[in-house]
Amino acid sequence: MTAVLGDNLVTIVDGVAFGVLLFTIAVGLSLVFGIMDVLNLAHGALYLVGAYLADQFAGDGQAGIGGFLVAGLAATVVGAAAGAGLAVMTRPLARRGHLDQALLTLGVALIVGDLLSARFGNDVQSVPPPRFLAGSVSLAGRDYPSYRLAVIVAGLLLAVIVYLLVERSRVGALVRATVADAPMVRAMGVDTGRLVMAVFAFGVMLACLGGVLGAPVLGAYPGLDERVLILGLVVVVLGGLGSVGGAFLGAMVIGQVEVLGVSLLPQYASFLVFGTMALVLLARPAGILGRAGKLG
Amino acid sequence: MTGLLETTGLTRRYGSLVALDGVSLSVAAGARHAVIGPNGAGKSTLFALVTGGLRPTAGRVVFDGQDVTRRPDHARARAGMGKTFQHSSLFTSLPVLDNVALATQLAAGRGMAMLRPARRQVAVQEQAMRQLEQVGLAGRAATPAAALSHGERRQLEVALALAGSPKLLLLDEPTAGMSAADSSRFAELVESLGAAVTVLIIEHDLDVVFRLATRVTVLHLGRVLADGAPDEIRADETVQRAYLGDAALDDLFFEAAP
Amino acid sequence: MRRVAAGAALGLLAVVPLLVSSNVADMLSRVLAFALLALGLDLLAGIGGLPSLGQAAPFGVGAYTAALLAKHATTVAPLQLLAATAAGAALSAAVGWLLVRSRGTYFLMLTLAVGEIVHELADRWEGVTGGTNGLAGIPAITLVPGGAPVRLAGVRYWYVLAAVLVCGAALVTVSRSAFGRTLRGVRDNEERMRSLGYRTFLPKYAVFCIAGAAAGAGGALWVARARFVSPADLGFEVSAMALLAVVIGGRGSLWGAALGAAVVVLVREELSPQLGGRGPLVLGLVFVAAVYLLPRGFAGTRLRWPSSPGDHPGGPPDPAGRRGTAAT
Repeated sequence: MTAVLGDNLVTIVDGVAFGVLLFTIAVGLSLVFGIMDVLNLAHGALYLVGAYLADQFAGDGQAGIGGFLVAGLAATVVGAAAGAGLAVMTRPLARRGHLDQALLTLGVALIVGDLLSARFGNDVQSVPPPRFLAGSVSLAGRDYPSYRLAVIVAGLLLAVIVYLLVERSRVGALVRATVADAPMVRAMGVDTGRLVMAVFAFGVMLACLGGVLGAPVLGAYPGLDERVLILGLVVVVLGGLGSVGGAFLGAMVIGQVEVLGVSLLPQYASFLVFGTMALVLLARPAGILGRAGKLG
Repeated sequence: MTGLLETTGLTRRYGSLVALDGVSLSVAAGARHAVIGPNGAGKSTLFALVTGGLRPTAGRVVFDGQDVTRRPDHARARAGMGKTFQHSSLFTSLPVLDNVALATQLAAGRGMAMLRPARRQVAVQEQAMRQLEQVGLAGRAATPAAALSHGERRQLEVALALAGSPKLLLLDEPTAGMSAADSSRFAELVESLGAAVTVLIIEHDLDVVFRLATRVTVLHLGRVLADGAPDEIRADETVQRAYLGDAALDDLFFEAAP
Repeated sequence: MRRVAAGAALGLLAVVPLLVSSNVADMLSRVLAFALLALGLDLLAGIGGLPSLGQAAPFGVGAYTAALLAKHATTVAPLQLLAATAAGAALSAAVGWLLVRSRGTYFLMLTLAVGEIVHELADRWEGVTGGTNGLAGIPAITLVPGGAPVRLAGVRYWYVLAAVLVCGAALVTVSRSAFGRTLRGVRDNEERMRSLGYRTFLPKYAVFCIAGAAAGAGGALWVARARFVSPADLGFEVSAMALLAVVIGGRGSLWGAALGAAVVVLVREELSPQLGGRGPLVLGLVFVAAVYLLPRGFAGTRLRWPSSPGDHPGGPPDPAGRRGTAAT
């Protein structure tokens, strides 16, 4: 009995860890779409950039936590710059419609993906966790990698910070107001252009940091950007575009579905994930917590 | 006698905000029925509820004897409602003729025809051309819709609404932004339609309203304030007050003596 | 004038195998097969206004169908083509029924998701698809039952060319029909179409299925040349390349989509070694340039629509309408 519980507990915790990583990707996607109706298809590529940064600074396993901190710092800077850059690149296309902007980000994703391939090669890079987290703890009678627990802690911390920023700060209020009614906010004298750039920078930065955080769990390899992007999209669709709480809820759900699916029904894992998304979309086209009207 | 269009107790709420409150009106067949009222009166909401753009919180819409309250907008269009949009809503990548042809090809049941080139469907093309002649746009048949002037766009709007031979033509502030000359031409066009087409017109321009309308309903704050013949409405003091507070403004409602 | 140019181009295409090496003929076969995928997507996205990042799914399904038929049932190419077209259409019919109810970005995301599901399916269903290794050793096609296997690249090329011309002509016919006009109407202003009485679900669903059929056909032709199919042929990259081809070529212009397909295949496969393997990078840059430089967005207001029977002999009317306003 305890064995069954133990097995499932491990899987569930795995699901939470995975969910937390998905959140770091999904929240940026969700906010960017919420504030400017742009689907950032380059989001996954920037997650991968973060993962390779971790590989670069901590890949040999000798650097300890310092390597990860450096990688994290680099990811913050690179991610913010990339996000701001994308905001600038998509702005001239705003008049032409959101699909054109999405296509632009797709082009950027291809470029970034290939540059990473050129620089790091096509093999799967595995990144060892920092030494002091490399061990395992006992969880329900099993050995469970401590790093994954650390991921959960870090991710939840991040989620709280993001939540406070978006829901409780003045900047966050402006962001939410812009999501609801941009012309009104402009009429109040606020430069929505800079706000949009800030949101884009912040969202992409989170994805990049997620890459660093997730590197010991998911590794780094060409094609990971695609996988992460698509899962991020599923989460965002599920949770509703433009909603931080929705992104969190969706990420937790998909994290569980994916991990449970892989362990219980390996042949059908993907179907569970996408099936869930399809069902939710059919029942509630705006996602679980989303706002109707942002239907593209 | 039941009208072509009957609304009963039509209500639309947004949370605690009541945009339209128990509006009942009857549009007689062959009438030109105008709905007027100050800003925020609920005219656009009423229009959307009648045409199917919005679902009512309460009330019914009965058109041509059928309850269409639950029917989507395209079903109401097929039942005989033709509408214009407040802001010109055209097919900008297509030439003017093809804009109208989209309506005539549907009427001819050719909307999904995949084999013959569209321009060889002579009956459809000719019918579209006739519609353009009726609104005075025949000379612009090959022009891309995106290249039309504002007045021409409004003309095309009407052509699109008429092309399906509707029983009821619904016009949403059709003369907004038009010059006096264009408005006058527009009024002539509506007059020329005759009794075959019933008209429901939401309008701000009171000159146009009192020239065209055979019956006027006044909305105020989501409710029917007055409903009757144009002359009655003109003389109605509550209507005047609703528009302009307590200052009596005869010149809004009466033309200056020539 | 345009007819002369078209005729010359076709003539050139027809005699190509007599002039070039078998490698080039092979490459052109690849271009043509991919072009068919792009044509279908152009009808769906450029003309119908439904941009999709999931067309690799019916393409791959068509490829696998043709491959499985070749291995187990028949090597007769036209039969494989028919089956693959039907398979692509069937997949699109099954998912499109749900998908086309959504709009814009949601639709894009859903097509991506479907593409991924089918990709995963190909990866995992080892019994049927051979899993990640794919299906190799596919027998060469024969053009008629009992005929000799086609081994010459040139003859294969002629078959592919003929098939693409037939399918392409069908797509062009659809594009010019009243239904094609309906599609443009839905693309330009779906709400207006509804106010005219159109049940817009139907044309959207129909074009989605047609695009699926075209993609399936392209898949069969792809396999006819490659004699190998793997999950990579169903990947997101294929869908992205197809969309790239459509965007480069100018959305809504079927000829343009074919040219775009040629550019994509050439850069990715032929020029890539010379670019140090950085084909995808170049393509990404071309894509970004194309998105910026195309005159109007995905609404594609480049006028490719012949208007009245007295069509302008000099070509389509000026899309910016500069000539038009002077007319009155």
